Amino acid sequence: MSIHKVRVFTRFERFWHWTQALLIFVLLFSGFSIHGLIPGIDFEKLVWTHVGAAVGLMVLWVFAIFWHLTTGNWRHYVPTVNGLFRVARYYAWGIFRGEDHPYRKRFWHKHNPLQALAYLGLKLGLFPVLWATGLAYLFYGFWGQGALTAGSLEWIAVTHTLFAFFMAAFVIIHVYLLTTGESFVEHVKPMITGYDKVELTEAELAYLKEDEPDRVLD
Amino acid sequence: MAAVEGPASERIELGIREYDVTARKRPVDKSVTRLLEKPEDTSTTDHSELDELQGPFHSGPEVTKACLECHNKAGKQFRKNIHWTWRWHNPRTGQELGKALLVNNFCTNAAGNEGMCAQCHAGYGMTDARTYDFSNEENIDCLVCHESTGTYYKLPPTRGNKACAVMFEGKPPIDWTRVAQSVTLPGRNNCGACHFFGGGGDNVKHGDLSSVLFNPPKDVDVHMSPQGENFACIICHVGEGHKWAGSRYAPLAKDPGETKPGLPRHTATCESCHTHEPHPLGLMGLKLNDHTDRVACPTCHVPAFARGGVATKVHWDWRTAGRLRNGEGYREEGYIQGNGEPRHTYKSIKGSFKYGENLVPEYHWFNGVERYITVHDRFDPSKPVEINHLEGGPDDPNARIWPFKRMVTIQPYDKGNNTLVYMHLWGDDEDAFWGNYDFARAIRRGMADFGLPYSGEYGFIETWSYWPIVHMVAPKEDALACRDCHARQGRLKDLAGFYMPGRDYNPWVDRIGIAVVLATLLGVLGHGLLRVVLAARRR
Repeated sequence: MSIHKVRVFTRFERFWHWTQALLIFVLLFSGFSIHGLIPGIDFEKLVWTHVGAAVGLMVLWVFAIFWHLTTGNWRHYVPTVNGLFRVARYYAWGIFRGEDHPYRKRFWHKHNPLQALAYLGLKLGLFPVLWATGLAYLFYGFWGQGALTAGSLEWIAVTHTLFAFFMAAFVIIHVYLLTTGESFVEHVKPMITGYDKVELTEAELAYLKEDEPDRVLD
Repeated sequence: MAAVEGPASERIELGIREYDVTARKRPVDKSVTRLLEKPEDTSTTDHSELDELQGPFHSGPEVTKACLECHNKAGKQFRKNIHWTWRWHNPRTGQELGKALLVNNFCTNAAGNEGMCAQCHAGYGMTDARTYDFSNEENIDCLVCHESTGTYYKLPPTRGNKACAVMFEGKPPIDWTRVAQSVTLPGRNNCGACHFFGGGGDNVKHGDLSSVLFNPPKDVDVHMSPQGENFACIICHVGEGHKWAGSRYAPLAKDPGETKPGLPRHTATCESCHTHEPHPLGLMGLKLNDHTDRVACPTCHVPAFARGGVATKVHWDWRTAGRLRNGEGYREEGYIQGNGEPRHTYKSIKGSFKYGENLVPEYHWFNGVERYITVHDRFDPSKPVEINHLEGGPDDPNARIWPFKRMVTIQPYDKGNNTLVYMHLWGDDEDAFWGNYDFARAIRRGMADFGLPYSGEYGFIETWSYWPIVHMVAPKEDALACRDCHARQGRLKDLAGFYMPGRDYNPWVDRIGIAVVLATLLGVLGHGLLRVVLAARRR
């Protein structure tokens, strides 16, 4: 086992991440504006901005899901309790004492167990609820009939709003955790260049050197 | 007519003069009717050349007799028409309605005052609807709807009190032969001669029907404007056999039906031409079309009423009626409307008024059923009386959100029985309010004439009536924007019982959500601060 600088985020993954980040910001701001929490912008423009960003994100997601499934990258998000407690303890305690992060990134486990679990929750919980309620909200004219519409639309809208708040909280935590490494810039860099320090097995190293030499820098 | 100096900016006139303007020559429109929709004349008959119409005629019934000789089914058809009967049975509520019976919150009642009010009856000489011979077809007034010279006019069937004599002065004689020869399908000038002046003057009653519509600019009414479609009223209020679409007593609040393409429809709804998916295909069009099941077209497309320079009456206080100067009734002009003409803000015969122009409507759920407070119905006098209560709500699939003018009036009622009252306003007798200015006598007589119970004590009650705002459709650029309603303080802020995006929110969800975000923010800030402080201490 040795640590190497390896390209862990492919070009598509980085494109996906940053586009998604941008669209989420647009969705959060336009959404809370539509909701009336951020005043002063035209409702109609906001709605179409929100819908446009949502459609963009959905298209991106179709590609991302396909990419996850076909490349096997879904494995990064398989939850595990192995090491979960140590990571949690680190953020709650060890980090204040200057301890090193207990997790070593590995080629097929580039996220620490807590991180993987958080992303899994995002992908299987937060996002689907926002998608489903958002689509139901947008297209309520096609399914909402008469009296039924009045009550159910409210539940959909309220759920959508509540989960949007959770999304905002996620973004805050996500950005904050970037400051917990060596530095904010060092922490963001892998998602720009694609390269991060990862623990490789002998076999992985040999495979990469042989078949994908440009993925390993040193 | 004596003019007396009044307070600054007010002009005071003595005497009683009502509906003066309706007897003036009206602008005649060449609006689009079925006969006039093409530039060349497509009618197969030139009435001016018919032997039967060479006259000479000296009265209305003489003309009608000539009409009925050829149009031998028109009389039977028209005898069923509400313009003739002044009565209508609402099958949905079981109520007996119509001008001959109802109490409104303008001049209050035509019943008993036909001598004045039947000026707008489509017949000759209806001095009393209870004794009028509704089977005499020769008394049908064909001309008021069909003449096209603009010179025909109607006067009150009786002369009223002597103070009212000024109303009959100086009218040019009607050239009966000429107006008889001019008959054609009704133009805006025919319908408008009465309907634009309901309630006592120009646009007083409806708010969306004023003399501006004789010849409206396009920004006032895209359909009726000569610069727009130049429609006559009957293009939308379509019908045959003297029976046509569009009822104020039983409007079609949600047009359910689509017929097969090309088939004519006999409804006066927007949908009957525009369908319920009128907005052009596209994302915006889809979203707007989503609205049509719950929002009536004029809600967005008539952004304001009483447009184009003619004001509508919005408040009427009968309590001040009866003030005299030099022992005579008088009028005060205290409002200058958009077109520069003054409007009366006080009349001894009616009380005090307030006007408005370019008014934002009120919005209500409405399923087409109006329940009236008639002269027989008791009400709770502790709150305003809704003369025509609008039925429907968000949970009623047949109801949509409609725009309304709400007329607010303080008018007499029977304090003992808690009912509205008939007043005897018109007549050359000791009891007529218009001339004698005594509420007690006018009410006692008004009720007694109809055998209605009256406690003998009258008071004043606030009444509301609702007038659907559907005319004066603005160009599409002027239609409401999303934000006009989809906002916390938008036009629909008072409509309860349904969730509307942009307006509604669950306060607890917002509180919890904001708390979660703030707690997260404080959490990471605290976490970060602790890291920085402890790292510094370690060094």
